[in-house]
Amino acid sequence: MAKVFIYPATSLMLSDLVARFGHEPLGSALSIRDHIQTPGFDSPPLQITPEDPKKGLRWAAVEVPSGVRGRMSIYGPLLDAAEAAIIVDDAEFAFGCMGCARTNELLIFRLKQKGIPILNLVYPKTQDEGVAFVASIKSFLKELGGDEQ
Amino acid sequence: MKEYTPEYVGSVTKYVFVDSPNTTPQDIAIAAYEVAMGVMIKETCFGVQVTGTPDEVTRVVDALRKLDPYHIFIKDRGFPPGDQRRCRANLGGARPGYLGHEYEISLARFISYGLRETDTMNDNDLLKAAVPIRRASPLDIDDLLSIIETEEA
Repeated sequence: MAKVFIYPATSLMLSDLVARFGHEPLGSALSIRDHIQTPGFDSPPLQITPEDPKKGLRWAAVEVPSGVRGRMSIYGPLLDAAEAAIIVDDAEFAFGCMGCARTNELLIFRLKQKGIPILNLVYPKTQDEGVAFVASIKSFLKELGGDEQ
Repeated sequence: MKEYTPEYVGSVTKYVFVDSPNTTPQDIAIAAYEVAMGVMIKETCFGVQVTGTPDEVTRVVDALRKLDPYHIFIKDRGFPPGDQRRCRANLGGARPGYLGHEYEISLARFISYGLRETDTMNDNDLLKAAVPIRRASPLDIDDLLSIIETEEA
C-alpha cells in the first residue's frame, strides 16, 4: 500500500478512488485532524496559531509570506510522507485567494522536485472521459502495487 | 490566544456520499445504524458522516460501500461533526468546504460510469482506456487581437 498525495487535497473523488484501489490517500483532512486533535493554543477565529508559520519554514523559505508558510505546515508532513501523487490540473474548486494559489504552486513544485511517480489529469466532463479518468488512476495505482477493495 | 482542549481525540471521521438512482441517503443512514454498534452516525442530505475509532469506522464504511459500490464515495474529514468552527449551525450559510463537494458530486455520474466500465477490464484494456483527456486550448491572444481589430474596421 503506497501513500498517494492527492491534489486538490480536499478532493472527494481522488480520495475515494485511491482508497478504493488499495492505497492510502494523503489529503488535507489528515493534517487538519492531527492539528485539531492536538492540545495547545487556539487563536479564534483563525485556526492557525503563530507556531504554524514557523513550522512551515521546513518547506518554504523565510521570505515566503507567512500565509503560505502557515498553509505549508498543514501540507508539509503529507508532502514528506508521499510516495506518489495524483494531480488534477485546472480544478475549478481549487480556486482560492492568493495565499491558497501560491501554496498550491509551491506544493506542486515540491511534489515534482521530490521525484516520485506523478499522474496528471483533468476532471471528466463526459462519460467517455469518466472511463479514461478512472482507467488512468486504476492503472497508475496498479503499477504502485496494492489490492483493490 | 486561549488554551485549547481538543474533543474526540483519537477518533476518525469519514464522509459517505451517495449519488445514485437506486440508493438514497436515507437508505445509507438506515444501513449505517444497522451496523453502527456504538459508532457515531450523523445523517446528512448527501449521505452520512461516521465518527469512531479507525477500525470501527473502516468496518462501517466498508459495509456501506457494498450497498452501491459504483455510486458511493467516501473521504476523510478533519473536523468531527458539529464542531463549532465548521458547523453551519454556528456559522450560518453553507459550511466551508461544501462548495467543493457540490462541484465534485456533479462529476459523480461520469466517475460512476467509469467505475462500472473499468471494473471488468484487464490490464491491457485499462492501459488502452487510459487515454489522456484533451481540452481545447484557450483563445490565443493574437487571434483575439485580430478579431477585435477586424470588428473595429
